[in-house]
Amino acid sequence: MYDLLTGPGLKLSIGICLIGLIIRGVLYIKGLHWQLDRVAYTAHLKAGIRGALRSIFFWILPFGARGWRTQPLMTVLFFGFHIGAVCIPLFLAAHTMILQKALGISFASLNQTVADVMSWGVVVSAFFLALRRLVLPEVRILSGPYDYLILFLSAAPFITGLLCRYEIGDYSFFLLIHILLGEILLISIPFTRLSHILLFFLSRAQLGMDFGIKRGGMKGKGLNW
Amino acid sequence: MPEGTLCNRQPIQTDEALKTLLSDTGGRQYYQEMQSLPVDTPLLWETIQKTCRSRIRTWLSMCARCGMCADSCFLYRINDRDPKQVPAYKIQSTLGEILRRKGRVDNAFMQMAMETAWAKCTCCNRCGLYCPHGIDMGVMFGYLRGLLYQQGFVPWELKIGAGMHRVYHAQMDVTDADFTETFAWMVEENEEDYPGLAVPVDKVGADIMYTVNAREVKHYPEDLAEAAILFHLAGENWTVPSRGWEQTSLAMFAGDWEACKIQVESVYDAMERLKPKRMVGTECGHAHRATVVEGPYWAGRKDGLPPVESIHYVEWLAEALRTGKLKINPEKRIKEPVTLQDSCNYVRNHGLKEITREIMSYIVEPGYFIDMSPNREHNYCCGGGGGFNGIGLYRKQRNKALITKRDQILSTGAKLVIAPCHNCWDAIRDLEEEYRIGIRWSFLKPLILKMVEIPEHLKPEE
Ligand code: HEM
Ligand code: SF4
Ligand code: SF4
Ligand code: SF4
Repeated sequence: MYDLLTGPGLKLSIGICLIGLIIRGVLYIKGLHWQLDRVAYTAHLKAGIRGALRSIFFWILPFGARGWRTQPLMTVLFFGFHIGAVCIPLFLAAHTMILQKALGISFASLNQTVADVMSWGVVVSAFFLALRRLVLPEVRILSGPYDYLILFLSAAPFITGLLCRYEIGDYSFFLLIHILLGEILLISIPFTRLSHILLFFLSRAQLGMDFGIKRGGMKGKGLNW
Repeated sequence: MPEGTLCNRQPIQTDEALKTLLSDTGGRQYYQEMQSLPVDTPLLWETIQKTCRSRIRTWLSMCARCGMCADSCFLYRINDRDPKQVPAYKIQSTLGEILRRKGRVDNAFMQMAMETAWAKCTCCNRCGLYCPHGIDMGVMFGYLRGLLYQQGFVPWELKIGAGMHRVYHAQMDVTDADFTETFAWMVEENEEDYPGLAVPVDKVGADIMYTVNAREVKHYPEDLAEAAILFHLAGENWTVPSRGWEQTSLAMFAGDWEACKIQVESVYDAMERLKPKRMVGTECGHAHRATVVEGPYWAGRKDGLPPVESIHYVEWLAEALRTGKLKINPEKRIKEPVTLQDSCNYVRNHGLKEITREIMSYIVEPGYFIDMSPNREHNYCCGGGGGFNGIGLYRKQRNKALITKRDQILSTGAKLVIAPCHNCWDAIRDLEEEYRIGIRWSFLKPLILKMVEIPEHLKPEE
């Protein structure tokens, strides 16, 4: 079972995830339309690229955009969740080994303490993100079962991962569950809102180009995000 | 159920139809007919299929439902943080729902969507700056307005406004003759004080082609006079077109995309005809947005730019003051606390944030200019944007919306508010009338005129 999941299973889920994301990306870009979107994307490529990079940069930088600075609690939860969510799957020592074996690519791996902090960051932040949904009226009105499902789907591999890490309960059982949940997450990425892993960059780039080309980017220093 | 005689899917095309609709005071019959206006669902869905592409579809589907946009919307804040005013909720429950139902929505839904699109959003685009995914709800509400307009669900005043553009190529019933005559009359009134003052009409190859807001012609002709005098004092080689002089677009507020195109093309035609070096528009925010920022796309211009370089009045003024074409008498600079309204339409949405402050540095005694908070591209809407000012049906909601700006102004302590935008100017006037906080408000032109030095050779002979 273990071999099946870490061998062909892993290859398949990574394949579905990557190919799916590529298709989503291509469809997104192909669907852009200079006149309907009212952005002359190709006519002012330089201003557009500058706008796109600024738009992404200030929003992936913790407290980089005014939107992050005005909502510090959300910012801490967001980055607490996302730094681990992105780094742990790729750089945890146990993961780099499996990736090396299955795909032949090797990444540098994380120091154990850093990895622990990040993993706990994911789980604790996910808990508070869920709580936030329940408690704040402006978030509650936007939330439905799907939102909790996505959050749960994202956090589950990290929760089970920590169970394995501290060898709580039946190690080999939880390890299998952990791997299974991780692969389910990978497969669901292109088909759910988790596609934002790619679409975040494309959407931010699009709005950045809008501001960079049409809405003032060529008039001054550019938007102060 | 058939369409109404006043409230229907047909745009206003003739003067007669305009007059009939106008005579329905306050739109009483119009709104009554709207109660039973059927929704052409196949048309709605077909239009969406053709015009709703990956940008908007992705925005709607990728929204993380995180609520980070809530606090960015002044209408959410001012309405006691009503969750139903969260930008993401407003757009998901209208446009999002229309897409999910593949256009199969009913009359009651469309009326709810109309109220949301025009009374719960001014298309100020502020929320777009606060969404981590870069989702701009203001843009989507603009799109939703287009769908609603096509189905006949549009506030009465805006149906009229869009019709005006189709019939008069102006937002009001002001003809081309009215325009040139009013300008000529204003010159007559002032030429004694400013010898040599003239308004060159249809001069080919001038440095500047000036375009205006039709209500200046109809209600504020002194604004035209001030513009003429300032160009005259600055020694500009300028002209106005006898056709295509109207820069505004109520059609944009109404979501009448076809009329938007008709209107902006009339201005571009004037540019092609008169071949000026530049176009300068009056102190109006949405007019600039319509003609300079969005207009090129309505007209199908692939470079996204108008036929000639087009600038806002504040850009011309800053340049004239910077280069010394206009000289301010330092004695007469403003010596009282003064603040400035950043218009969303050319500040947030066209980057002109520093240029107005440069003007302040020339005309306000150092130490007296006080910025609102927040300001520049993060400023709040005046409360009357996107057509909100003009819609009788939503007057109560509009008046509430003004409180944001009222409190922003109050906390500066300034008694004078400079508002280089017609819509903002109106909203600030209305907020004073409504809430009596003892402020004055002004465009730039009359202020400049009070402090500008008149060159020797332009002074009247004693
Ligand atoms: C470079 C990669 C990524 C970027 C730039 C990114 C960005 C974002 C942004 C901007 C949001 C919206 C704000 C929010 O709701 O917190 C978001 C939400 C979310 N992301 Fe990501 N993300 C990335 C990767 C991931 C990954 C790998 C996962 C899952 C393991 C994930 C799971 C989530 C979840 C569950 C939410 C919703 C949180 C909530 O309930 O509010 N993201 N992401
Ligand atoms: S901030 Fe953006 S992603 Fe979050 S709820 Fe608002 S629109 Fe959706
Ligand atoms: S565009 Fe402005 S008014 Fe409309 S939802 Fe966004 S912040 Fe609110
Ligand atoms: S009226 Fe002025 S402040 Fe209000 S939306 Fe328009 S430009 Fe912005």
